Amino acid sequence: MVADPVLLQAVADLFPNGISRYAVGGLLVGLGTVLIYIGTGIPAGASTFLESTLSYVSDQSRFQQYVGSRDWRLVFTVGVILGGLAFAATFQSGLVTSSLYEPGTTGQLYEVAGVTLWQTDVQPWRLFIGGILVGIGTRIGKGCTSGHGVCGVGSASKTSLAGVLTFLTVAVGTAQVVAALGVSP
Amino acid sequence: MADRHPLFKPLIFVGGIVFGFGLGFSHMARPEVVLNFLQFDDLGLPFVMFGAAIVSGVAFALLPRIRDAAPFTGDPYERRLKPFDRNVLVGGAVFGVGWGFSGICPGAAYASLGVGNVTILWALAGMFVGAYAQGYWRSRRQTRDTAATGAD
Repeated sequence: MVADPVLLQAVADLFPNGISRYAVGGLLVGLGTVLIYIGTGIPAGASTFLESTLSYVSDQSRFQQYVGSRDWRLVFTVGVILGGLAFAATFQSGLVTSSLYEPGTTGQLYEVAGVTLWQTDVQPWRLFIGGILVGIGTRIGKGCTSGHGVCGVGSASKTSLAGVLTFLTVAVGTAQVVAALGVSP
Repeated sequence: MADRHPLFKPLIFVGGIVFGFGLGFSHMARPEVVLNFLQFDDLGLPFVMFGAAIVSGVAFALLPRIRDAAPFTGDPYERRLKPFDRNVLVGGAVFGVGWGFSGICPGAAYASLGVGNVTILWALAGMFVGAYAQGYWRSRRQTRDTAATGAD
């Protein structure tokens, strides 16, 4: 195979961390979704948890409609958190290594009880304001990156494809504007 | 619901762990990595969402041909399509602004907490505030319009 070094360099510039960690991570996200679907028939999304959990403390009708699913959604979210911790205790801590895993250089690493943990450099006010808009938008828009992006796209749902196209385009524009305004990190 | 299979919640739990491990492994649980994608500095991120969509898509397509109903709920394997309306675009756009502003989405935020990112509690607090605000407002409006359209 004749490889053009200029072309290879251009591709490497687009994927400075390779693609394997993204693809393997995505397969695992899909596998988690499939495990739940096989056993329960439920295509699980992450953002309904926000409203279903509010039903424990608020009797607004928008939240009370999720009373039937709030317990398992809480279990799901605790699982997701512990899954992140399991990753931290293995690959992030260097206990397990693989050529498919690229550690990268973002944020700050710190250690607690032998486990290497990770902390973002992105400023709290950005996370908080962004979080508010994510909370409003995912619930009005009927789904997020998992509900629309994974389950909806996996079901070839036109509604979800429209949702994904919308949030992806707007997010790219927003991130570019924020970066151009010099907000970093 | 009371007669759900005893393995219902354990399975959800295990599925959640695999899901969260994948978000950690892919680095989608790191806002920096999402922002680097949105700014076109590292284009690897779509492999996470579309990789996961392909895996779940295969299962969604095959399972109805193998079995009629899920063992732990008795629910049929069927496509649960959300109805399309203006909200999908309006909500999607608001979500897009938030995602592009902070680099974090709900599932990734839960996993981010697991990898040690205590600062992400700011994003989670914001998400609950936002979800509460829209729920409060829409509950009010729903009560006012007694002739509920049953939208969403």
